[in-house]
Amino acid sequence: MSEVRDIDPAEERASKRPRLTAVNDFVVKFANVNGSGSASANALFAKSILRMGVPVAARNIFPSNIQGLPTWYEVRVSAAGHLGRRGGVDLMVAMNPQTWAKDIASIEPGGYLFYDSTKPVDLTALRGDINILGLPLTEICNRAYSDPRQRQLFKNIIYVGALSALLGIDPAVNESLIGEQFQGKERLIKPNLEALALGREHALEALEPLGLRIERADAVGDRIYVEGNAAAALGAVYGGATVCAWYPITPSTSLAEAFMGYCEKFRTDPVTGETRHAIVQAEDEIASIGIVVGAGWNGARAFTCTSGPGISLMQEFVGLSYFAEIPAVIFDVQRGGPSTGMPTRTQQSDILIAAYASHGDTKHPLLFPEDPSECFEMAALAFDLAERLQTTIFVMLDLDIGMNEWLCRPFAWDDARRLDRGKLMTHDQLEAGADFGRYRDVDGDGVAYRTLPGVHPTRGAYFTRGTSRDPDARYSEEGPIYVANMERLLAKFETAKALIPTPVLRPARRRTPHGAIYFGSTTPAMHEALDTLETAGIHIDAMRVRGFPFCNAVLDFIAAHETVFVVEQNRDAQLRTLIVNEGGIDPAKLTAVLNYDGSPITARFITAEISRCMGGMAKLSGAGAKP
Amino acid sequence: MTYITKPRLHHPLLAPNAIGLSRRDYEGKVSTLCAGCGHDSISAAVIHACYELDLPPHRLAKLSGIGCSSKTPDYFLGNSHGFNAVHGRMPSVLTGANLANRELIYLGVSGDGDSASIGLGQFAHCLRRGVNMTYIVENNGVYGLTKGQFSATSDKGSKSKRGVVNHDQPIELVGLALQLGASFVARSFSGDKGQLVPLIKAAILHRGAAFIDVISPCVQFNNHAGSTKSFDYVREHNAAVNRLDVISDRDEITVDYQPGTVQRVTQHDGSVLVLRKLPDDYDPTDRLAAITHLVAHQARGEIVTGLLYVDPDAGELHDYLGTVKTPLNALGDADLTPGAAALEAVNDSLR
Repeated sequence: MSEVRDIDPAEERASKRPRLTAVNDFVVKFANVNGSGSASANALFAKSILRMGVPVAARNIFPSNIQGLPTWYEVRVSAAGHLGRRGGVDLMVAMNPQTWAKDIASIEPGGYLFYDSTKPVDLTALRGDINILGLPLTEICNRAYSDPRQRQLFKNIIYVGALSALLGIDPAVNESLIGEQFQGKERLIKPNLEALALGREHALEALEPLGLRIERADAVGDRIYVEGNAAAALGAVYGGATVCAWYPITPSTSLAEAFMGYCEKFRTDPVTGETRHAIVQAEDEIASIGIVVGAGWNGARAFTCTSGPGISLMQEFVGLSYFAEIPAVIFDVQRGGPSTGMPTRTQQSDILIAAYASHGDTKHPLLFPEDPSECFEMAALAFDLAERLQTTIFVMLDLDIGMNEWLCRPFAWDDARRLDRGKLMTHDQLEAGADFGRYRDVDGDGVAYRTLPGVHPTRGAYFTRGTSRDPDARYSEEGPIYVANMERLLAKFETAKALIPTPVLRPARRRTPHGAIYFGSTTPAMHEALDTLETAGIHIDAMRVRGFPFCNAVLDFIAAHETVFVVEQNRDAQLRTLIVNEGGIDPAKLTAVLNYDGSPITARFITAEISRCMGGMAKLSGAGAKP
Repeated sequence: MTYITKPRLHHPLLAPNAIGLSRRDYEGKVSTLCAGCGHDSISAAVIHACYELDLPPHRLAKLSGIGCSSKTPDYFLGNSHGFNAVHGRMPSVLTGANLANRELIYLGVSGDGDSASIGLGQFAHCLRRGVNMTYIVENNGVYGLTKGQFSATSDKGSKSKRGVVNHDQPIELVGLALQLGASFVARSFSGDKGQLVPLIKAAILHRGAAFIDVISPCVQFNNHAGSTKSFDYVREHNAAVNRLDVISDRDEITVDYQPGTVQRVTQHDGSVLVLRKLPDDYDPTDRLAAITHLVAHQARGEIVTGLLYVDPDAGELHDYLGTVKTPLNALGDADLTPGAAALEAVNDSLR
């Protein structure tokens, strides 16, 4: 046991090391080299815990690179169901020499370092407050395999086997997942099972079990484990989308690819091969949104999916969609900006550019899904809203939701639900003599009736343009006509308020003058932070906003509290700006809590920031009480 | 000026076509372009072509970008839906419209600024995708609405109205269209209605990406001596490869043509293109020969016009995508939404 000998010099110190103990509640982080095949092994590890009935949240933290740069995979294990990032690492699986020092520094006191001990490492130089577990993974692999690729790939499986054994994961769970993963490629099952066993045996022989344990539980329920991009794509299928035009860009590419997959399954005639959809990989984001606008104008439900740089390019068309009133859906899977920014890191930093996209006076409805379940629901809803409101609807995902698998409510669909095609004037209505003027506000809700090309030989045709026009779609530069139209568009935006999903309130247990507003992927970390703060005696009413324009409940919530924290993942407090601007709120009332380093916000960060602010407030009010 | 309504009086001599419509039924609003503008002649040719083809106007959708040329769809086919999109982006909007409803006829109208500069990318990609459409560029070599700047199709050495000489190489849209795989490529001249009308008819009947470059002099800013897009210059340098008659599958062929000088091409819809050859050896079904001819004659300062290339058996985007015959915009809930039971199976696969 060379690894045991390695530890010998520090043995005395090791006996005094603190040792974290926890059951079904800890953080494991894998540090790997990109392109080494670690992602699927790490996913196997996370899913094994899930199959033990214990909720997990796994996050892939990866570089803009195909091979060679550092990548991490963080697994939050939480029987209590806290699925945001907690912060800190309890067990570090350090497989990347490039990031060795930084990875070790991130381990919690009493935490564990698992490493490949094939090459001797001077462990005396390491921290004295962590527990070190070495297993000669390379040596084991080199003995067992001759093919270099196999040596690399099975090393990953071997450490999964070892860690599973050390944490108490039932080997049968690992094995059944291997069987599922390689269904159809059965010849791969046996060698993978052997690699798992190899890791398990070596670990049990050489190492003590950890203070961290996985025990069987029943805390997962009927929840599903899925990526937000796939969920949104499925929502687009259920929402009746038939035209998808897109341009590859991280982190939205997998949304288009998932749409292709689901269309292949659900929209392709098994006999004729004919498709009830059209997917075009366009030459750029401008053409993508142009195709969407053309299809929307002609009555097909159409979408594009992109990220910040694509949103920048689409501005002009979004303005056309707003002004000429053409349905469109854009999925913005946000990443770190500005410019190319951090293309493989997460942020919520396109809020303002989406809300006010394009030149001139414009505003656009936004939807903020909190997890893949809501990605599905809001995707389907977006197509109804786009046709109901005849404008662009943005569904604001981010990389964290879009590209990571989240444990969430199962998808649900009511078969009685019908697609809402909005105000479409039909051939029969026109034939019966219905009075048609494309931009007339007949119902007083700001939404006019539209016709589709080809609807009737002599009635209902009109000329669509991005220039100013009168209610009958005739070109006009008359000031009053222009103003009346712009006011109608504002009225339409008021109508949108009632159609956007309402905010979700999470009241504190006690009456409190403090509120917090948050949205999207911040949700699970926020909930954990609220629990922690409550335990510490800090009570906060919390509201998750689910869309823009904000309904009155949001403004009422702010009015009902003395201070409101607005927690978001960008530098400039964009949601806060939007609330201040649209709600006429005194900015002093809204305290920004901002994480924007590209990694998903943690519960600890939120807790610390709010505690710090509350401490400051307590001091201020204390100071004010003095004479 | 578009709010001036045209008199709806029908001249008794305006004969109805096979579907009972007169030329007037294919007109649009009064043009707001300059008197004598070549673009108005192209609008008249579109009206004439649609009338002769007996097209129900509402079955055609007309799309354009931004610029003088892109205003013209308002001036023809008033009973068709029209879409004046954003600068240089008509091709993508037309592509989307076409995907939504494959049953309509799509006419894209653009200019040299719209298609050769800001929109060159979209011009290229809609042609290489084989979108089923007629794409007309009303090419005057100049930015008219902003008063006389050179466009990307201005010839090298051409002089602006203010006497400035253009030093940039022109973008040859016809040459690009041939290389990019357009399955119908033609060039004409707004001053030659006899040539232009049959070309538009043939392009509309063509199944696939049809492109017509129409040299259309700008009377205000590009019709002076020293311009290579003036009426006089184009007339003097016009080198047509053929004259075209379009015979739809309903028509009886009554005209006799001299054997040897005529080539017949039957298109996918059954229409016959009868081409009277001008150079005896020109074969418009040979893409490579068309490119060679174009380059050789252009080098001599000629403006090659006529039907330069046609692939009568071309495919189009819907063939490549395998879309259903029913227009996508006519599919109902049951065609689109897989239902709760299917979703439950998806849920099961994600546990």
